[in-house]
Amino acid sequence: MSDTPAEAVIETRGLTTTFPGEGGRVPVVDQVDLQIAVGEVLALVGESGCGKSMTALSMLRLVPKPGRIEAGEISLAGSDLRRLSVPAMRQVRGQEISMIFQEPMTSLNPVATVGAQVVEAIRLHESVSKAEARRRTLDLFTRVGIPDPDSRLDAYPHQLSGGLKQRVMIAMALSTRPRLLIADEPTTALDVTIQAQILQLLRDLQQEFGMSILLITHDLGIVNELADRVSVMYAGRIIEEGSRVDILGEARHPYTRGLLLSLPSLASRGERLAEIPGVVPPPDQWPPGCRFSTRCGRVFEPCTTQVPAVSEITGTHRSWCFAVAREIES
Amino acid sequence: METHVVSNLVVALLLAGGVWTGVAIRRDRLWSEAARSLWRRRPIALIVVAVYLAVAVLDSIAWVGGGEGQADAVAAHEARSVVDRAFAGTREASFSAPLADAEFYGGRPLQRPGSHLFGTDILGRDVLYLTIKGARVALLIGGLTSMIAIPLALLLGVSAGYFGGRIDDVVFFVMSTLASMPGLLLLIALIMAMGRSTLSVCIALGVTSWVGLCRVTRGETFKLRELDYVQAARALGVSEARIIFRHLLPNLMHLVIITFVLMFSGLVLSEAILSWLGIGVDGSWGQMIDQARNELSRDPIIWWNISAAGVALFGLLLAVNFVGDALRDILDPRTLRENQ
Repeated sequence: MSDTPAEAVIETRGLTTTFPGEGGRVPVVDQVDLQIAVGEVLALVGESGCGKSMTALSMLRLVPKPGRIEAGEISLAGSDLRRLSVPAMRQVRGQEISMIFQEPMTSLNPVATVGAQVVEAIRLHESVSKAEARRRTLDLFTRVGIPDPDSRLDAYPHQLSGGLKQRVMIAMALSTRPRLLIADEPTTALDVTIQAQILQLLRDLQQEFGMSILLITHDLGIVNELADRVSVMYAGRIIEEGSRVDILGEARHPYTRGLLLSLPSLASRGERLAEIPGVVPPPDQWPPGCRFSTRCGRVFEPCTTQVPAVSEITGTHRSWCFAVAREIES
Repeated sequence: METHVVSNLVVALLLAGGVWTGVAIRRDRLWSEAARSLWRRRPIALIVVAVYLAVAVLDSIAWVGGGEGQADAVAAHEARSVVDRAFAGTREASFSAPLADAEFYGGRPLQRPGSHLFGTDILGRDVLYLTIKGARVALLIGGLTSMIAIPLALLLGVSAGYFGGRIDDVVFFVMSTLASMPGLLLLIALIMAMGRSTLSVCIALGVTSWVGLCRVTRGETFKLRELDYVQAARALGVSEARIIFRHLLPNLMHLVIITFVLMFSGLVLSEAILSWLGIGVDGSWGQMIDQARNELSRDPIIWWNISAAGVALFGLLLAVNFVGDALRDILDPRTLRENQ
């Protein structure tokens, strides 16, 4: 739970990713600092269009063109990923950091069997025979809970259900025992019952393999299920971070509170849900000062002109908000 | 090297390639399943295509000698194919109707009464023989041109779609330039510039026919490279070349196959048009049709010439289309799912 650099698997400092806009390059990820410790699950939370996925892609140096990483440092166990050569970076992907995607339906190549795809992933990073890779694939399939794994090896993606495909994706991502698994909305496209199974599986595997997970989600229920720490992102910036209890129980930033209030609950049936007015503005219309100032109910003078500095609430809980800073002072 | 030696070598190469492909298909479970399922769906079309192929191969294996005892003295010193030898000495003096005993005009008795299944043409040549010889030309035009056009289209289309930027600009410029010229004019100009030969006709057809497939593959690659499984492959550390060969090309194969089939039909037809303009390949069905054109106005009408060539052309194209359609259904798992 500590963020001393020695324990961190991966750490970003001042990570900034920009895309070209009308008046020059627009940052969609702006000065993002994240640390993920060994065996820790960090949830990155925010609405659509906040730059969560772009942060994850930046960590893998897979920002789609014409975007590019403008500044910052991404250190994986001490070495800066931004300085690696392209082939060395390719070795890091899959080997050290793996990623699973939101849409299991389209994340597998439709014209190759799922077994062949996992075998490819294994043989990409380790020189093992096809038979050995196949045997390990079979083990992985058993481990991720695919029933009848022997015959599923030779199945095509369209012959599997969404939940099974996501299990295949997880097997593929874990095939090289990465230190960090980036899970980008891993259960959004699945049924609720399947969601619970996949979350349970991720939790089991995380403990068994001792890896860290960067969980990208907008679903605070999932955060509660899986996360150790939470970083809340809004419009390209981290606006609040803390342990799961800090964020889900003691949230201070108006945006985090808004997110929590907009959760439907069984107790408050029939009442209108609280919502945060408006939507995340597109990156080229982000306001100066606090990015949330256009939608915040507690705006006062410095919010629209100055960028809020960090306020330490507790040892683990931090927030970037003028209102929170004033509450702490008084 | 003499023409017939080259042709024999090509046949040997193609047969070796065919055997190698056959063995590779048998070894791979998925491909052998696809082959079996193709046979189940379209047995007749496959047999028809095989017959055309066999005839074309038989017409391509040639050697000199063995014709000494015949009336045609020149023939003895020319390389003649298996088909040529089978039809040796079947020449009559002029037109005769199918299976007739006498000449069509004048009624003089034939040398070989009742043996000409499709009759004879104005020079007394057996029409069945001419039709069979056309198969080789048709397959040569369709096959060779496809072998020029498809790799060219795939190379340019995939690299333009995948890498984008400058490469895409250049490829798109070339495509637009070619597409803005009237195809037939360009075809004629190219053939005139290179001289009239089978090879130059094929090259000219290749140069004018790759644009369609290239545009399709470029668009499809644009779509595919943004798909999740390509992203997932990148996130797994797969190299660009491997992504193209393992993840993009196999997903383009159904397009290539369907385009090959349509192109094949189109090419054989284009050649017929070129023959009609007098710059086609000698011995093609197009040329037969062109020559038979005038005979349609005779009275009584000479119909067997044009019918034989037309039916042969139609039969090949129909069979190839059936096979290609079935192949696309089999190879594309998405259409497979709809059928199950």
